[in-house]
Amino acid sequence: MSDGGGFSAGRVGAMLLRYLYLLRSSWPRALELVYWPAISMVLWGFTSKFLMTNSSYVARAGGVLLAAVMLWDVLFRGQLGVSMSFLEELWSRNLGHLFVTPLRPYEWMIALLTMSVIRVAIGVLPAMLLAIPLYHYSIFSLGLPLLAFFTLLLVMGWALGLLIDALLLRHGLGAESLAWLAVFLLAPASAVYYPVATLPRWLQDLALVLPSAHVFEGMRAVMFDHVFRLDHFIAAALLDIVYLAIGAVVFLDAFRRARRRGALLQTGE
Amino acid sequence: MCRVSHPVIQVSALSKRFGDTLAVDAIDFAVPPGATAALLGGNGAGKTTTLSMLLGLLLPTAGQIRIFDEDMLRHRYRVLPRMNFSSPYVDLPHRLTVRQNLTVYGRLYGIARLGERIAELAEDLQIAEFLHKPTGKLSAGQKTRVALAKALLNVPDLLLLDEPTASLDPDTGDWVRSYLERYQRGSGATILLASHNMGEVERLCTEVMMMRRGRIVDRGSPRALIERYGRDTLEEVFLDIARSGELRPQAAAQ
Repeated sequence: MSDGGGFSAGRVGAMLLRYLYLLRSSWPRALELVYWPAISMVLWGFTSKFLMTNSSYVARAGGVLLAAVMLWDVLFRGQLGVSMSFLEELWSRNLGHLFVTPLRPYEWMIALLTMSVIRVAIGVLPAMLLAIPLYHYSIFSLGLPLLAFFTLLLVMGWALGLLIDALLLRHGLGAESLAWLAVFLLAPASAVYYPVATLPRWLQDLALVLPSAHVFEGMRAVMFDHVFRLDHFIAAALLDIVYLAIGAVVFLDAFRRARRRGALLQTGE
Repeated sequence: MCRVSHPVIQVSALSKRFGDTLAVDAIDFAVPPGATAALLGGNGAGKTTTLSMLLGLLLPTAGQIRIFDEDMLRHRYRVLPRMNFSSPYVDLPHRLTVRQNLTVYGRLYGIARLGERIAELAEDLQIAEFLHKPTGKLSAGQKTRVALAKALLNVPDLLLLDEPTASLDPDTGDWVRSYLERYQRGSGATILLASHNMGEVERLCTEVMMMRRGRIVDRGSPRALIERYGRDTLEEVFLDIARSGELRPQAAAQ
């Protein structure tokens, strides 16, 4: 039996198992993971096809919109992956059981982040693969930069997910819709489908502090100019580190405050 | 050499305030090893709040909690592997099957040979036939037995129970009480339960702490309390205390 020492990979594994059991128990949930990324890829695929012959911007690099929509989904699903697993505990009012075990809050946090990777892989990879036969576009043609973009957006999704989880711990399920809505607040300034230069001046300043804006600028540089912009990569990576650290601190602080308020037993439906 | 036996639970000047409400008001108590003790009181007396603080789910406003001679506020991870908890008000995840829930919790406690332990508990608690069922589809009695199985996975030295037989029919309630008696005798575990079922407390407990408005207003064995109040049952004592605003002199003197 555990002596209650430090970090335990076994406890993280137990939490992952709990979320995988949940996914396995409900095929509609598993299907939902794949459904939206695939649908948006199909819609943007046709839009791209149309714009290829009607827009010089898209014609310069076929697949720029498709790559953008798929990478945006990495950010969105990454955040949703953290928030949904967290919400499962609120819906089932399970926090009172979990935290009388030796499970540490940071172990739970690591399990939530790991689960986000799994959910993103399940949701986004099929859409990426489907684009190849449907539109003759492979996002994998981006090469190694794709791995950088994927990782940077995933980590930004984690940071956002942890901040949303902290708000849910504070405000309960009344704030549940934040899990689906919050990321879209950042979409305009993230410049997913257009260059940052398109934005008004004040919004460009905001875009500079979003890792996502640097990633999408970097993606366009690779696709249009065949250049990997190290400046954007470094900016996004540094911002990610700062935001992930803030997300983790805020999440753990929200947990401590929830213990003070008694919310671990009461938070639920 | 004289061996000193520390209380399993030692609570000193423990308080919890929620805004303007003082839910627990500077309570002190100790539970010796192997005892079965009860926190008894009406709704809002502070029983569940006290249990939550003992479990580390709720931070006290003031006071100290020592469990197995460890400061619960500073070293709860040394203590949590040795204790467990069950409450009919905190269900296990509904969508997971019973076996899946027990597997997840067994792994959280780091139980060796978990499959064997689950099989053993399934036989003891007669839950084998619905191990494969989603926990949410069980009856109240079945859920209580599954919750007990979860609470006993790590063979706890300290078991905290919040109204362990609430909403159960008399037969199932009696079965659960008998099981707890057997477990306590067999393991030597210490049990603290919060209840307002007087029959249950009279039957199981050696020590009772009567709570009212966040304070322990009297304490003693069920027999001693009944005699002190000149009543026939613990329920009558409970009603005396619940309906009076005053502390009895004996309680105030303690």
